Amino acid sequence: MREKLVYILAIVGAVLLAWNLYGIFTVLPDEAAQGAIYRIIFIHVPAAITAFTGFFIALVLSAMYLKTGDLRYDSAAASVTEVSFVFACVNVATGSIWARIIWGIWWTWDPRLTSMFVCLLIYFGYLMLRKAIDEPTQRGRLSAALSIFGFVDVIIVWKSIQWWRTQHPSPVLSIRTGGGNIDPAMEHMIYRDLLAFLLIAAAIVLVRMRQEMIEREIDSLRRLAHA
Amino acid sequence: MDTRNFLFMFYGFLAAWVIVMIYIITLARRNSRLKRELDDVKRLLDVKETRAEDRTASLPHGRGSVQG
Repeated sequence: MREKLVYILAIVGAVLLAWNLYGIFTVLPDEAAQGAIYRIIFIHVPAAITAFTGFFIALVLSAMYLKTGDLRYDSAAASVTEVSFVFACVNVATGSIWARIIWGIWWTWDPRLTSMFVCLLIYFGYLMLRKAIDEPTQRGRLSAALSIFGFVDVIIVWKSIQWWRTQHPSPVLSIRTGGGNIDPAMEHMIYRDLLAFLLIAAAIVLVRMRQEMIEREIDSLRRLAHA
Repeated sequence: MDTRNFLFMFYGFLAAWVIVMIYIITLARRNSRLKRELDDVKRLLDVKETRAEDRTASLPHGRGSVQG
């Protein structure tokens, strides 16, 4: 059942993404100042929102683990965090390539970029922490705490372009600005890409959760074997 | 389509897919490693159980016949 769901999510996500790519390159209007490079926004923004959605889900799962002590929540939180981290890397890489053309530099330490860099460090630390601790309950407790407190930085990343004057462009999505900052066709494409990314991310999370389950089974069988 | 900066746009899309693909390859490799480990542990348990049964069978009157 789970395997079937993985295939359905991945195929629907991939088909939607292929359809979106066709639209991005052939249907959408050009941007007057930036040339073709502006089209990176259709990867950059959905990747960021996918990552932040994942970090939020990981926060909820971590809180549920701390409340119940059920290791399944801990495994799910770890899976979601790992996949979200990959999408956060996609966001930073695409942003950096865009910046090389538009700003003339790969990177600058402005509040948005710096807080995003800290975000990557926090969740990389989360993944390393899990590798460093063998005892499951201690690993779950500490990584849940890090996931909950680490999410504060996600909020800072999200709000940084409103709180400070940054080199990074201001918000463009109408849910944040009330509209008028982006062509509606472009905004619509961002949401369509976001849906495709979320579907693909969900498929990968399910695969990763299955791996966590196998790891738990191996651990318990090992304990049995050495008892 | 306006083709200014097309090459860097291509790099951007490429970078995104390379990152996701590398992660998916890592996942696939981890999957096969975990399956191998699971098989190894199950085999270890089977061997352990077989040895325990052999030891029980080699006792003079079986485990249940030992009187205190």
